[in-house]
Amino acid sequence: MSDAALDVRGLRKEFGPLVACADLSLELAAGQILGLVGPDGAGKTTVFRMLCGILEPTAGSALVAGHEVRRDPEGVKRVIGYLPQQFSLHRDLTIDENIRYIADLYCVPPGQWEARRDELLDITYLTPFRRRLAGRLSGGMRQKLALVCSLIHRPQVLFLDEPTTGVDPVSRRDFWKILYDLPRQGVTIIISTPYMDEAVRCNQLAFMFEGRLLAYDTPVGLRGRMTGKVLAVRCLALREARLVLQRQPHVRSVEVFGDRLHVALQPGVGVTEVRAALHEAGVDCQHLEEIEPSLEDVFMALTASATDGLRE
Amino acid sequence: MIAIPLAVEVDHLVRRFGDFVAVDDVSFTVNQGEVFGFLGPNGSGKSTTIRILCGLLAPSGGHAVVAGLDVWRQAEGIRAQMGYMPQFFSLYGDLTGAENIEFYAAMYSVPPAEIRRRLDFLAERLELGSVLNRLTRTLSTGWRQRLALATAIAHQPPLVFLDEPTSGVDPVTRRLFWDVIADLAHDGATVFVTTHVMDEAEHCTHLAMMHYGKLIAQGPPEQMRRDLVSSLVQVQSERIWDALQALQGAPQIHEVALFGEALHAEVAAEVADPEERVRQVLASAHVPVASVQRVAPTMEDVFVSLARRYERPTTAGRDA
Repeated sequence: MSDAALDVRGLRKEFGPLVACADLSLELAAGQILGLVGPDGAGKTTVFRMLCGILEPTAGSALVAGHEVRRDPEGVKRVIGYLPQQFSLHRDLTIDENIRYIADLYCVPPGQWEARRDELLDITYLTPFRRRLAGRLSGGMRQKLALVCSLIHRPQVLFLDEPTTGVDPVSRRDFWKILYDLPRQGVTIIISTPYMDEAVRCNQLAFMFEGRLLAYDTPVGLRGRMTGKVLAVRCLALREARLVLQRQPHVRSVEVFGDRLHVALQPGVGVTEVRAALHEAGVDCQHLEEIEPSLEDVFMALTASATDGLRE
Repeated sequence: MIAIPLAVEVDHLVRRFGDFVAVDDVSFTVNQGEVFGFLGPNGSGKSTTIRILCGLLAPSGGHAVVAGLDVWRQAEGIRAQMGYMPQFFSLYGDLTGAENIEFYAAMYSVPPAEIRRRLDFLAERLELGSVLNRLTRTLSTGWRQRLALATAIAHQPPLVFLDEPTSGVDPVTRRLFWDVIADLAHDGATVFVTTHVMDEAEHCTHLAMMHYGKLIAQGPPEQMRRDLVSSLVQVQSERIWDALQALQGAPQIHEVALFGEALHAEVAAEVADPEERVRQVLASAHVPVASVQRVAPTMEDVFVSLARRYERPTTAGRDA
């Protein structure tokens, strides 16, 4: 138990009549990368704030690296690092000065952070630029400096809020290479994101929707929960095919790609039913094939069944 | 709308800022009705190109024709043909959603009766519901983006520029956006879109990738995938981190990226059996593997591979 980075039980937050987080329970071992995934309003930010000890839960408990968020919020703050979406660095200070400033804020005694700084600058390839003003760094370098600052006090749990939104794929890969180095040093990472291409890099995923935890599993485990097939449909009359399929009761959703449609189906139907529906509507289709569902397909399917559940 | 054969033609376009060449001899064409994805890392010259195409910035050399009009000499004419959704908040915060749409439509001289009809259509198509009557400054990113898209297409422009339209937008809204974009293209509009989300590049009919001011690749997504010269091998292992360490920097392995429990390794084209090569490297490092198999590259694999190949030899440090 004491090894768990997170031990959350029945965590709940109400804002008046709104339940922003409904009885969240999950456990996470140290050294894991957890993705908190969901659309706007799913409750990701509320959960983040509670776990960081800055928002008091209405009910339930959460241990973060052994510190209880309600009894010991200050203890929580000492053992976590936080990288907000809009990180604030001092543009008129150099890389070195920014790091020293943050180390002072966290009351890390002199002599105890310099080695860590050198190590972090090294893995982020920032060492040659230490005397450069933060205001003169590129976006990708500023983001890496913010990461260094959030790690200077050797936190056990690092929280990242949508770390690579608006970041190009090359910089994103480089950033993730650095993140993947941290679990080996015992750091647990918790990321909130609406993006599946970010989620797919985590090794545990918590899908959230309307304040509730829809599923908590590994990416592979989540794919295994997909009910219903996904088909790729290629044809010349792409728009007609889309309109026909969107009207079918056994079709959950239709997504348009350049030269094809991805059609998510209700459980129990497949290529035969879709082919028949298109044929009946007089749409000529060249290719129909079953494809591997993406994590996004899984998320959409889980969301849809959760919504149906609410309506019933 | 006036029916003009709508296409973008960019011919040896150059834009310099002092000594810096932001757009370096770029040529491409966009057919009418195409969803054209314009990709590239930050600072690769995408935004400069878009600003030139919108008639906001003069080219230093070459030329560009949009809607049959020269982008710089006939810039005023182009703006009426164009809808533009910028990357950042472009709505009037103290107007409601509906007022913003009406305002933009009126600016583009849409007749009042028509404005009403367009507003109803957009409200339904983009599922705007109650946000029509709310001040836009009170809305979340996802709703703001829906409204921004509505204002950009309110006057039914034959050419639409969308600059990272789905940045900060959740999966549900994102699917709706791409559905609307497909409709626009089916109706004959040309959609020019930038994105950093590579899953989304797949929605485009044609892609072009910029790097250090140059156009380094273009074609339909399928072709870009086929043209990737190296082979992609996926590895699953209980000790995925050790697998990564072993493969990084190994001869004939270009690029290794982790995706949670699996990794993608890009193996040089000249290797006849890429899977075997990966197995060899892992075996000699004593890393046990659950599976090694060749996979189709994702658009992200394609993008990163191209970008690394065209990396400037002088950028030794990773100044990303």
